[in-house]
Amino acid sequence: MTQKLTVNGQTYEVDVPPDMPLLWVIRDVIGLTGTKFGCGIAACGACTVHLDGVAVRSCALPVGSVNSKVTTIEGLSAKGDHPVQKAWLKNMVPQCGYCQSGQIMQAASLLKMNPKPSDEDIDAAMAGNICRCGTYTRIRTAIKEAAGVKA
Amino acid sequence: MITIENLSRRTFLKGAAALGGSFALGLILDPFKPHPFYGSFIGSAEAAEGVPPPAGTLSPNVFVSIDKTGTVTIIAHRSEMGQGVRTSVPMILADELEADWSRVKIEQAVGDKMYGNQYTDGSRSVRHNYERMREFGAVTRTMLVQAAAQQWGLPVSECKAQNHKVIHVPSGKSLDYGQLVETAAALPVPPAKSVMLKDPKDFRYIGKPMSSVDFPDMMVGKAIYGIDVKMPGMLYAVVEHCPVTYGKVKSFDASEALKVPGVKKVVEIPQNQPPIVFNTLGGIAVVATNTWAANEGRKKLKIEWDYGPNVVYDSDAFRKDMEEENTKDGKVVRKEGDVKAALSDAAKVVEADFYVPHFAHATMEPPSGTAFVKDGKCEVWSSCQDPQAARSTVAGAIGFDEKNVTSHVALLGGAFGRKSKPDFAAEAAILSRQLGVPVKVTWSREDDLQHAYYHTVNAQRITAGLDQNGKVVAWHSRSTFPTIWSTFETPDPQYGHKIELSLGYLDLPYAIPNIQLENGKAKAHVRIGWLRSVNNIPNAFAQNTMANMLAEAAGRDPYEFLLELLGPDRVVDLSSTDYWNYDQTYDEYPIMTSRLKNVLRVAAKNAGYGKKLPAREAIGLAVHRSFTTYVATAVHVKVDKDGKVSVPRVDVVCDAGRIVNVDRVRSQMEGACIYGMSACVTEITAKEGRIQQSNFGEYQLVRMPDAPRDIRVHIVEASNFPPGGVGEPGTPPFAPALCNAIFAATGKRILELPINEGKLAV
Repeated sequence: MTQKLTVNGQTYEVDVPPDMPLLWVIRDVIGLTGTKFGCGIAACGACTVHLDGVAVRSCALPVGSVNSKVTTIEGLSAKGDHPVQKAWLKNMVPQCGYCQSGQIMQAASLLKMNPKPSDEDIDAAMAGNICRCGTYTRIRTAIKEAAGVKA
Repeated sequence: MITIENLSRRTFLKGAAALGGSFALGLILDPFKPHPFYGSFIGSAEAAEGVPPPAGTLSPNVFVSIDKTGTVTIIAHRSEMGQGVRTSVPMILADELEADWSRVKIEQAVGDKMYGNQYTDGSRSVRHNYERMREFGAVTRTMLVQAAAQQWGLPVSECKAQNHKVIHVPSGKSLDYGQLVETAAALPVPPAKSVMLKDPKDFRYIGKPMSSVDFPDMMVGKAIYGIDVKMPGMLYAVVEHCPVTYGKVKSFDASEALKVPGVKKVVEIPQNQPPIVFNTLGGIAVVATNTWAANEGRKKLKIEWDYGPNVVYDSDAFRKDMEEENTKDGKVVRKEGDVKAALSDAAKVVEADFYVPHFAHATMEPPSGTAFVKDGKCEVWSSCQDPQAARSTVAGAIGFDEKNVTSHVALLGGAFGRKSKPDFAAEAAILSRQLGVPVKVTWSREDDLQHAYYHTVNAQRITAGLDQNGKVVAWHSRSTFPTIWSTFETPDPQYGHKIELSLGYLDLPYAIPNIQLENGKAKAHVRIGWLRSVNNIPNAFAQNTMANMLAEAAGRDPYEFLLELLGPDRVVDLSSTDYWNYDQTYDEYPIMTSRLKNVLRVAAKNAGYGKKLPAREAIGLAVHRSFTTYVATAVHVKVDKDGKVSVPRVDVVCDAGRIVNVDRVRSQMEGACIYGMSACVTEITAKEGRIQQSNFGEYQLVRMPDAPRDIRVHIVEASNFPPGGVGEPGTPPFAPALCNAIFAATGKRILELPINEGKLAV
């Protein structure tokens, strides 16, 4: 079954079953690999993308239910200069970097809805994103820096 | 010892004349060190002859080349898995080369002995490469300086290299490296030991923070991990392995699976039996046009398994067996004085049983490999920690000579020891060989957690005696755990290998006159493998907790008591035992109690140990030396009335000798605290041979709200000592520091992991 899907401003016509999770359409069909597979059950956040600017877990989202515009890490900003990306780079947040696409997309969504988050807001928004390397303290610092709130 | 041989003549004879240019090609004659764990169990191809660099480039060895534009290309021969090795090792070479980092390009090496060993584990990349990378850089710099002097017709002594230029000091004139390449390439390569190394005070990069070369790509989703590799016409595969380790396929029915749209083929991957080494467990693979279709097909497989003998594995019963083993005399692995007599004479005896469960690495990128077998050659891409081991394993799996296998390394989305074992790459090669097209194998999270090479499970009994003055006079311990060598040898050796015993057990650093350490027997029922810090995790936990209990028994402050227990400043005498010192000589990297005590003092001081804290809050300490590096951790804990544990702050102090990228040392210590904390909250268990945790629902890792809010890393200036490991030594002291803090806050003693918060409630 073909379906139209807008990803990073570009429209794709994809011929996939409607119950195929968005993640695999993005990765294996469209070929954008910045969005990562981590668990397949929406429990780790590695696959986080935006639907109309709101963070969702693409690994558990049937593509047939997607009617809004999809943004992946590749499309978050034109030049990789979203405030979250800049703060991430400045604070040298990543270690292996694998979960960071999801972390960045989650943080960008948080700041869009809540430009000045408290520590508790950050905890609540980021709790679904696992980083096995353990970059959490730097993620917190970078989010606060991107938000312009005191560390 | 490293020698660099000028092979320009030999290479010339081999046909370099065809390239036209005059150049020197050096092969690194670094005596290849087989991996201390698996080196004798897997094959290893001979080194390639060296690849001639493009004409007109300066390339005195296989690690560096400079072209006429002055672009410096440095080969990263170790795998990047978050520790920053693609930045830190090249930084060393670039520093000695006096290269401008912005003009340095990093290229990833394929698996080939010509680079020396490439295994990226054991916290040894900087340790093993610091000296040689400096020499390679210095050799190249020396040639550029000579070339400039020659071009100018001036004495070499008046010229010096500085930031990508050679300067004639008296006149101030300069030439860019690119302008010197042709002249330099015609010069003989000087012997490494003949060139002057920089004075460390002139280091440009070493010891300073450097942003990783891969960060910009990571920010925008362009970084390519093993799981992201694409080849034209590639198919996607998933593999159903037997739920019980080493079980076999009796029969299977793929008819329903083959009806799933997108599924192309169902293939049985032949199974391997112990010793498994890094070979695939085998199973039934579903190959499809995308990962999702392969997964859907997999759900429809009907497989009848012969579970085999490991179906009896029950981790609760196994624990009881190990604890029972610890009530009996074990194999004595270190003995000083007379422990039995000292214990019977002791004024007080303290005894405790410690338990640390299995863990899975749970790398965020699950194991994944992509291979293309065509015309008798195999190209394999994987997120592997050792591309030479992947090459050997893949070659063995498809019956190829290693020279026909090219083993590429993508970025590793976490590794922690799991990706030292390239079984997943072998699966991709087996499938590609059968299908004739490129195949990517992706493990699901369930596959990853249920078919890992698990961190060993450990039961340890320590019996220690105090005299009337509260001094520890006897330390008797028994440690039982299934061995990693059960994956390398049949029959299962059942006793710990000397190397495993050396990971924080034999090297007990306490000043105690009577010491007896024993090792009991245990049989492995799952694949046992190394996981970040390995046996140091249970050993640091048991020792530091016991030291804390002894302080309590002696009525002493645990910090002062631990300093005393470490004893006078000395090199710990390990002459009574067969100790393996992380691949280093003991003369070069002795265990120094002064350094252990120093990191402990710095941790206590920075954490404000001893200050008054509210009820159910406390600071706990632990110190441990592993991978030749000394780490002390101070954990500030809060335990609420329901027993919920939170950590507002950690101070972690590291003495790693000479350090290279200070920011990556910090980040490794920060991450190690979180990794250590996950070991306090999670476990892998087995029932009827099956692993009970299947995804992050059951295998809980530390998440942002539970992570320490503030981690302060303090790096001790110790640049007069050679570089120590950094990736692993931060993990072992975390759990005991946390548990000692919990005891101080609540009076509840924790002797087993994971921590049961319910027992900490008021």
